[in-house]
Amino acid sequence: MSGKKSNNPSDSEEFLNGTRRDFLKKSSLLTAVALTPGRVVKAAEEQWDEKIAGVFEKVSLHLEVNGVKHTVAVEPRVTLLDLLREQLHLTGTKKGCDRGQCGACTVHVNGVRVNSCLSLAVTNEGKKITTIEGLANGDELHPMQEAFIEHDGFQCGYCTSGQIMSAVACIHEGHAGSEAEIREHMSGNICRCGAYPNIVNAIQAVKNGGQS
Amino acid sequence: MNQFQYVRPAEVPAAAKAFTKGPNTHFLAGGTNLIDLMKMGVVVPERLVDINHLPLKKIEKTPGGISIGALATNTEVSIHPLIKESFPLLSLAINAGASPQLRNMATVGGNLMQRTRCPYFFDTTMPCNKRVPGSGCGALEGINRMHAIFGASDKCIAVNPSDMNVALTALDATVHVTGLKGKRAIKFADFHRLPGEHPELDNTLQKGELITSVDIPVSPYNKNVHYLKVRDRTSYAFALVSAGVALNIENNTIQGARLAMGGVAHKPWRLTETEAFLKGKPVSLDVFKQASQIAMQGARAYEYNKFKLKLAPNTILQALTTAAGLKA
Repeated sequence: MSGKKSNNPSDSEEFLNGTRRDFLKKSSLLTAVALTPGRVVKAAEEQWDEKIAGVFEKVSLHLEVNGVKHTVAVEPRVTLLDLLREQLHLTGTKKGCDRGQCGACTVHVNGVRVNSCLSLAVTNEGKKITTIEGLANGDELHPMQEAFIEHDGFQCGYCTSGQIMSAVACIHEGHAGSEAEIREHMSGNICRCGAYPNIVNAIQAVKNGGQS
Repeated sequence: MNQFQYVRPAEVPAAAKAFTKGPNTHFLAGGTNLIDLMKMGVVVPERLVDINHLPLKKIEKTPGGISIGALATNTEVSIHPLIKESFPLLSLAINAGASPQLRNMATVGGNLMQRTRCPYFFDTTMPCNKRVPGSGCGALEGINRMHAIFGASDKCIAVNPSDMNVALTALDATVHVTGLKGKRAIKFADFHRLPGEHPELDNTLQKGELITSVDIPVSPYNKNVHYLKVRDRTSYAFALVSAGVALNIENNTIQGARLAMGGVAHKPWRLTETEAFLKGKPVSLDVFKQASQIAMQGARAYEYNKFKLKLAPNTILQALTTAAGLKA
C-alpha cells in the first residue's frame, strides 16, 4: 500500500540520501556528469536525442503505478520488478527466478500481464502498472483474492501475487473456458507447493460469477 | 547485470546508426531473451538501443499477403483475425511457445533473434563456440539430450528454440531489414544459418541491420494445419521435437504440403524433400508414414538424444494425420 500513500519518491529525502549503494552510484555519477555535455551533443547530432543515458547515469522515468503517478530516476539496467520493490517499496510483487521462468513477478502493464523481471524499468515510460497492491478496492478484496482464500489457492504464498495477477488476466483474455484452458494459460506461473488444483478452482469460481 | 549506455531513437535510420558506431551494441525489443542473457553474463552489451518506440507494430494486408511489423508482440500476432484466418499455423505455433506473459512482451523480430537454450551456451563456466568462438563445444560429448539431429557441425550442436520460426519457414515468409546500406529482403529459409565453422553467427544479418517486418505471402495453406510440440511437460517448455504441417487437400489429394520441424537443428528445419514427395499423393496413413521416414534422411544423433530419431518421425506422422483429419 506504500505506493498509494507515498509522495513522489524522487523528491523524498530517503530517495536522495539513502543507502551505501546509492552513495556508490552517486560517486560514479560524478564521472558521468563530467562526460555528459559532449555525449549529449553527439547524441543530438546522431538523432538519438529522444533519450540517452550514459553508463552510470540515471534516467528520469514517469509512470503510473496502481493509479498513483510517479517520477523516478533509475539506472537503465534496473528492472521494473526492482523498481517496484526497491524504490517504490511495493514488495507484494515477488522475485522468484528473476529470469522469466516462474511468473512470481507478474504485473499488468497497460492492462496486459508481463514478467516484470525481464522488463527494464526505462522501457515503461508513460505506462500504467498494476501490481497486487492495486487490485483491492480499499479494504474490499478483489474477487480473485477472495477466491484464492476461499479455495485455498496457496500454501507458502510466495507465488500467490503472481498467480492472482495472472489469474485476473487469464479471465480478461477469455482463456478461462475450461480446466484445460486455464491450466494452459496459467502455465507461466509455477507453484512449488503444488496448489494448482485449488488455483484452477478459484479461477473457475470467479469466472462463474463467484459461485464456489 | 553490467552497466551499459542506453539510447532510445525515434526513427529507424537513427536506430541503425546508433548500432553501427561505437561499442558492443544490441537492439532491445521485448527483452525476454536479451535481459535474461545479460543477467547471466552471456551477453554483455556496452550499449542498448531501445527500439520499442519505432513505428514497427502494424499487422496489415499487402497486395501479396500480410505484413507483420517487427515490434508486433507474439500475442498480437497470434490473436489477430488476419493471421488466424490466413495463417492459422502461425497462431498455433506461437501459442505453443513460452507463457502468456512472455508472449505479451516478446516481439516478432525478437523471436527471430532468439538465442539457443543450450545449457552450455548459458553457463559461462563451460566451453561454447557460440558464446566464445574457439573455446570448444561442451554439448558434443556432454548432456546433449535437447540437441540437434540435423545440420550440426563438430563446433556446435545447439538448436533454434523458436516455435514461431517453424511456422514462418513453412509459410515461406520474407524478412525485411534496414541497415546503414539501405533496405533488403531475406527469404526466411536464408535468415537463420547452420553452425558450420561459425556457430557464433545465428543468422545472416549484417552488423546494425534491423528487422522491420516479416511478410507472409498468401497461400492455400490455411485449412489443414497442425502444430505438434513434444516437450518434457505439458506446457511452457522448449520443444524436444516439434512439427508444423500445412496441407492443401482437394478431393482427397494433396495438392501441396508445407512441413518444418523445430528442436532438431540450428535453424528451423524445413522439409522440402518430404513436401515434394507428398505433392500429388492421396491422403492416407501409408503415405504419411513414408513421408515421416523421408523427413529423417540425414539425421544423426548424439549420446543422449538418440530418442529423437524415433520421436521426430512419430511427431511428423501425428501432425500430418491430425492436419489431414485422418484418424491414426
